[in-house]
This record gives sequence, C-alpha cells and structure tokens, in this order.
Amino acid sequence: MKNNWPLWEVFIRSKQGLHHKHAGSLHAADAQMAIENARDVYTRRNEGISIWVVESDKITASKPEENPELFEPAADKIYRHPTFYDMPDEVKHM
Amino acid sequence: MKNSLLNYTIHLADNAHILGHRLGEWCGHGPILEQDIAMTNISLDLIGQARSLYQYAAEIEGRGRTEDDIAYLRDAWDFRNVLLVEQPNGDFGKTMVRQFLFDAYNFLFYKELKNSNDQQLAAIAEKSLKEVTYHQRFSSEWVIRLGDGTEVSHEKVQNALNDLWMYTGELFVMNDFEKDMTNNGTGVDLEKLKPLWQEKVDYILKTATLAKPQNDWMQSGGKTGRHSEHLGFILAEMQFMQKTYPGQVW
Repeated sequence: MKNNWPLWEVFIRSKQGLHHKHAGSLHAADAQMAIENARDVYTRRNEGISIWVVESDKITASKPEENPELFEPAADKIYRHPTFYDMPDEVKHM
Repeated sequence: MKNSLLNYTIHLADNAHILGHRLGEWCGHGPILEQDIAMTNISLDLIGQARSLYQYAAEIEGRGRTEDDIAYLRDAWDFRNVLLVEQPNGDFGKTMVRQFLFDAYNFLFYKELKNSNDQQLAAIAEKSLKEVTYHQRFSSEWVIRLGDGTEVSHEKVQNALNDLWMYTGELFVMNDFEKDMTNNGTGVDLEKLKPLWQEKVDYILKTATLAKPQNDWMQSGGKTGRHSEHLGFILAEMQFMQKTYPGQVW
C-alpha cells in the first residue's frame, strides 16, 4: 500500500512531567487518527497522560545555517546564568 | 451449575483468545507500522483477558489444570468461541469489520457482566471494559473511514460485511450454559443486548455509507463446539509447541 498520509509530530505528557515532550513522529490521515496511532505507538508502556499531535509541516523550525547568529552570541554571556550567587544548601534542583 | 459456570467462563476466554490470535497474525504484516502496532496491541489486550478467564476456569474446575492446559491442550470441539472470531483475517478492511461486529457486542456484554453476582467475572469485566471501549472506538472509526472512503475501500468492506453477517446471529443465541448463568444472575441476558447491538451497528453502517445485509440466515454452532474448518488451522499453529514439546516452558 502506498502511504501518502501526512507526517505528524507527537508530544506526550508523562505522569510526572509538567510539559509535553516530543516523543517522535508517525503517519496518519487526520488528527483523530494521529492521536490514536500515537496512543498505540507511544503510550503503550504507560508513558503518558496527555497527547498532542501536530502536522509536521505546520512546524516552523530554525535553520541550522542560521545557528551562528541565533545561538552563538549567547555563548560568551556567562553573566546571564545565575552562577555568581552562593546557593544555600537547602535549595535543591537548581 | 458449576459445569455451566465453567463452560461460560471458557466460552468467554475462547472468544478473547481466538480473536486475539487472529489479530496477532497481523504482526509484521499490517498495512502500515502504526496499524500493525494497533492491531497487536488489541491482540494483547484480548489475550490478557483470555488469561484471566482461563485462570478462573482452571480454579472453578479444580482438577489441577492450568490456564495453559486449557488454552493449549484442548481440541477444536472443546472450544466454545463464536464462529465470528475464528473467521480468517482477509484484508485489513475485513479484519476491521469482523472486529467491529464483535467489539460492538463485546462492549455491551462486558458492560452488563460488570453487574454479575460472580465477583471474579465482574472484576474481569470491569477491567476489560476499558480496553474494549477503545477497541470499539478504533474498529468503528476504521469501518467508517473505509466504508465512506474510496470506491475500492467501500466495495471491500461491503463485501466483508456481507460475508461475515451470517456469523453475527450466533452472538445472541443462548445456549444451555448461558441460560443457566443468566437465570442465576451470573451471566448476561443476550436477548437484552441484541436491540442495543443492532442500534449501534445500524448507526455505524449508516455513517460508513454501508448497506446492512438483508440475509437473515445465521450460522451458529461455535458455542457448542461445532466450528468452521478455520479453527483447526488456528489451533494447529497456536498449539504446535505444546503438542510437539509437552510441558515446554520459556
């Protein structure tokens, strides 16, 4: 069978997680089928409590060749990290 | 009465087991990866249900047989599954039609069995119902998609429906062990399910633009051990290991 269904990106929110995380992609004819396929492909080992799907071509991504101007200027601005404070031991998960 | 409960439990287990096996035959052969996984997921749900039921059957029987003995060491005439579930997969459309016709029944069945006065069956029904609710949603949607799809898909599922229709009557024919179980409050009154099943099937077929078959002649016999030739082939494959290497374990 020729598969010309669009590609969908799947985001799963896990039991502990606050955010949906990208889980992978799959093919489906429409959004409803994408949810069901995602349920079967990505949550069958008890991974999730919520699913988002979005058609892959609806995602606008940054271009790798623009990486220098997009990301490199941040590399030498260490003062943007809160690394100059003494953290009390009681504060965890920083 | 104990015998009826045993037969009743084995009948339910066999339905789940044989349909689970049929869906398992799709493993690696699904039309696309996602549907392959979906069908084997449903297969595993059904085999899980069958296990719970076989375990319970072994307990009711009380002769030291295990769930595996009951599943793998009986011959076709001892199986009590309905004929519908042993019908060959055909193409994906036919598998979905078979699944839908059974799911629509199974959903209503477990919904009622939840109220059984037998606590074990009620508990199995409660757990299974969640799974079957999803199965029904999945197969209904595929019947609609394919029925209301292209000319080719419509024709294929219409033919599948016409072929399988004569096996739907048996779902609602009450045999002795079912009558016994219904009379004592353990089993489900299938007469009551029939109009609900018809309503559901009518609705899905209408949405799928499929014509309900008009033939009223219904084939039955599975529940009393008179099976189609297909069951023998299923068992030959399914039971091969245990029959060739008795007592073999993983």
